[in-house]
Formats: sequence, C-alpha cells, structure tokens
Amino acid sequence: MNLSDAEHLLRELAPQVLGAVIRRFRDFSAAEDAVQEALVAAAMQWPEEGLPENPRGWLIQVASRRMTDLQRSESARRRRETAAAVYFGYMEREMEQDDTLILLFMCCHPALSTSSAIALTLRAVGGLTTAEIANAFLVPEATMAQRISRAKQSIKSSGVPFRAPTEQERAERLRAVLHVLYLIFNEGYASSIGPQLQRRDLASEAIRLTRAVRTLLPDDGDVAGLLALLLLTDARRAARTGPDGELIPLTKQDRTLWDQDQIREGVALISATLSSGSVGAYQLQAAIAAVHDEAARAEDTDWPQILALYEPLKRMSDNPMVTLNYAIAAAMVHGTSRGLELLDELDGDGRLAGHHRLDAVHAHLLEMAGDHQAAIARYQTAAGRTTSEPERNYLMTQAARLRESLGIR
Amino acid sequence: MKYILMMNCPRTGYDAFGAWPKKDIQAHIAFMIGLNKDLKESGEFVSAEGLADPKQAKVVRAGKDGAPITDGVFPEAKEFLAGYWIVDVESTERAYAVAARASTAPGPGGTPLNMAIEVRQVMSGPPEEFI
Repeated sequence: MNLSDAEHLLRELAPQVLGAVIRRFRDFSAAEDAVQEALVAAAMQWPEEGLPENPRGWLIQVASRRMTDLQRSESARRRRETAAAVYFGYMEREMEQDDTLILLFMCCHPALSTSSAIALTLRAVGGLTTAEIANAFLVPEATMAQRISRAKQSIKSSGVPFRAPTEQERAERLRAVLHVLYLIFNEGYASSIGPQLQRRDLASEAIRLTRAVRTLLPDDGDVAGLLALLLLTDARRAARTGPDGELIPLTKQDRTLWDQDQIREGVALISATLSSGSVGAYQLQAAIAAVHDEAARAEDTDWPQILALYEPLKRMSDNPMVTLNYAIAAAMVHGTSRGLELLDELDGDGRLAGHHRLDAVHAHLLEMAGDHQAAIARYQTAAGRTTSEPERNYLMTQAARLRESLGIR
Repeated sequence: MKYILMMNCPRTGYDAFGAWPKKDIQAHIAFMIGLNKDLKESGEFVSAEGLADPKQAKVVRAGKDGAPITDGVFPEAKEFLAGYWIVDVESTERAYAVAARASTAPGPGGTPLNMAIEVRQVMSGPPEEFI
C-alpha cells in the first residue's frame, strides 16, 4: 500500500472512527485528539507494515485505548460516569447506525452558527486540518482553532446527544446538513479565482462529502439532487474565470472547457432522481444547471424548459432570488419587457432592496432591451453594492463598455 | 463577513494620550488587550494593528522618474487613522457591536471616549454566476 492510498483510506475512515469513539466515550474534544493520534499511527505503520485486516476496527481500537489512557488519569467520579456512558454506548451500538451520518448531523446541528457548523464539518467529517480550513477562509489558524473549539463546546453544553435523529427531526436535520454542504461548495466555487487554490479545494471537499452522504442515503432525492447540482455547477469551473481571475458570464464562457465527465454524471443522476418520486428544490436547481450544461452554445440554451423548471421552484420557496432568476428566464422566453416587469415587481417587493444582484440583472435586461443609458446607471449601482471584488470589476467593466459604445467619456 | 473597524483620532490625539495619568493609560491599554483577547476567543479575530504617531507619517508620491517624493503629512488633515481591527463575523450587526465596544475605550478618569469607529465591509464576498 502506498502513501497516497493510505491517506485516501484514512480520510474516508476518519469520520466513521471519530463517530464510533464519540459514541462510546461521549467526549467530542478528547475523542478527536485520540482519533488524530490513531490516524497518525496508521499513516506511519500501514505503508510499511501493510494494511491491517480490519482497518476501521484497528483505528477504533487504537483510539479507544488512547481514550482509556486519558480517562485513567482523571478522577474516579469521572470514570464512573464514563463507565455508564460506555455501557449505554454499547447498547446503542446494537442499533447499527452509521456513525459518519450521525457525526454529520451533530456537526450541522441547528444550535450552531453557520460558520461554526461549516468549520466543524470540515474538521470532523472532512478530516481537513485546522490550518487548511483557516487558509480556505483566509483567517488566522488560531482564530479557526478557536471557532472549532467553541463549536465543540456549544455541542457539549447544548446537550446534543450523539444519536440518530428521530423520524420527526430527520428531515429538518438532513436539510441543515445539505445546506452546510452547499455553503461549503459555494465558498469554494464562487471564490475560485486567481491563485487561491486552497479555496478551490472546498468545492471538491463539498462534492466528496455529498458523495459520502449519498452512499449512506442512496434513495434520498434531495441528497442526489444536491450532488447533481454541485457536479453540474462545478463542471463549469475552469471556464467561469479568465487568466487573471476576472469573471466570465455564462454566455461568454468557452464551453469546451466544461468538464463533460462531470456533466454526464450529473445529468444521469438528476434524470434518475427526477423520475422517481417527489421533487425538491435541489433537484430543480440541478435540472436547471443541466439544461445550461447541455447547450453546446449559449444560443442553444433551452430557455422555455428553464422557465418551466423555475415555475415549481418559485412556488416552493418564497425566495426573491428565485424570482430574480425566473425573471431572466422569462425575459429570454417572452422578451425583455416581461422580464423587466417582473423586476419592477421585485423593486416594489422591497426584500431585495439594496441588493446588488437585483441591479445587476436589471442592468443586463435593460442592455438587452437597448436602453443603454439606464443599463449603465444600474451596472454602476450594482458595482457600488457588491462585496465581491471580481464582481465589482466585472460590473464596472460592463458600465465602461456601454459608455464607450455610446461615446460617453 | 469580514469588516474593518477603523479608529480615528485627532492630530493631537497621540500627545493627549501621552499626557494622561499613568493609571488611565494603563486602563486604556488593558481595555484594548482585553478586546483583542475576546475577539480571538470568539473566533472572530483576523488582524489588528495600532499605528505609530502621525508625526512620523509621510505622504509619498511617485515623481516623473517613478522615484518616491516624500512630503510631510497634509497640514489640513484633522484626523488620522490610529489603528484598526479586521474581524470575521456572522452579521453586520455583530460588526457594529464590536465597533461600539471599541468606541467605549476608557479615557482620562476612566470615562468612555466614545470614539468614532468607521466600519467598512471588506470585499471578500463570493461573486455570483452571471448570465
């Protein structure tokens, strides 16, 4: 077994082992340290001595031994408590729940702030080092370490038990998990600009984790939908920015750079889930991404189908962002005046007031409608409101391009 | 979301600070150390720096050959950046709360200074896909 095979296997086993050890010993922080030590031992021994017969069992055993050592050095009272926990832990063990999934439910618990849930998920389930996570979010390592340790602390103090959610909790908790995975992906994908390679890894990490969840819940439509959405979006990654990190809109992307293997996988996945049972928001978004991905040229895009997919999405979620995207599709199908009508409604709605994206879409449709003066003003407003630097540069460039075409200096 | 919190002081601020009684200076320094410690503990700290006395400051421009031309500080400038924090927080409200706390740093006699803190968002947000 070579080093990278061992590494790969260890990352896959790490959350299962951590889950198992937490289940037995009921102490998140200590369990993580113990599992870390077991992983280090494995990384050193396995490539030399070969793989043990049951790698997962080996790791659990080594980590548990370490936990027992840790606990021996603590008070007798504490030992009695642990003995009880171990006893109940073994009771639950018989239920054969999957530890990775429970660990994920725990890390994405609604009691945690979003940033804590993200950090903890990447650390405990993703097996990233604190330094890697800190690097990805461009904060000092000590800050990230503190964030993770506080997250563990709040899990401890809120008394979130290490057990599978009840049937009633399940849907809500799974939604929280998928949302966290989506945010991890978005953080990596949306920011994959210029030389920030570490951030790019977050998108791959989110896909890897979502794949893992899918292995655990192969029949769940939302999980399949999210995985398809991530694959179909990520497929365009190489084309969405230029050599200096500048944003390239979908219509201008070099589609030969799109990852066809990923598109095939995503399309197959979404086709299979759409035909089986209820359809959720992730599936619809994935289906929309698939329609974009299947067009060889921007002008071949099947906008009527995209519009049709946005209809149920709009009904499902009262989210003005969905309406905004719906307006784009409506403009492509029924003409810009229909799109602009919908945007005026959104202007009046107020929930997107001051949001740059509303101005940016407005600018785009105004430009399509030939009202370049008004488009320039909207592009500039949008540029002044975004908090993304590449996006501001893109919007300012659009305004400048139109000014030049009108001969305004 | 990352924010920069900028603490400005009047031109005479550094001299005035230096003339405070020792215990007030110490209380002010302890307050700042405590604030940074809390930000580190809450996992929100990105960076913080205090800047040296503006009397040392120069304004630099490139000359025709690109070589630096240094000049004293603009005489008309009334306010100077004294220091800043960059924090990574969950919401704008939280950034304002941290700024408000910084604003209450104690002055002479322990009275809060209620300094103006300028809060600006750092352009670190993710861009969206454009059609």
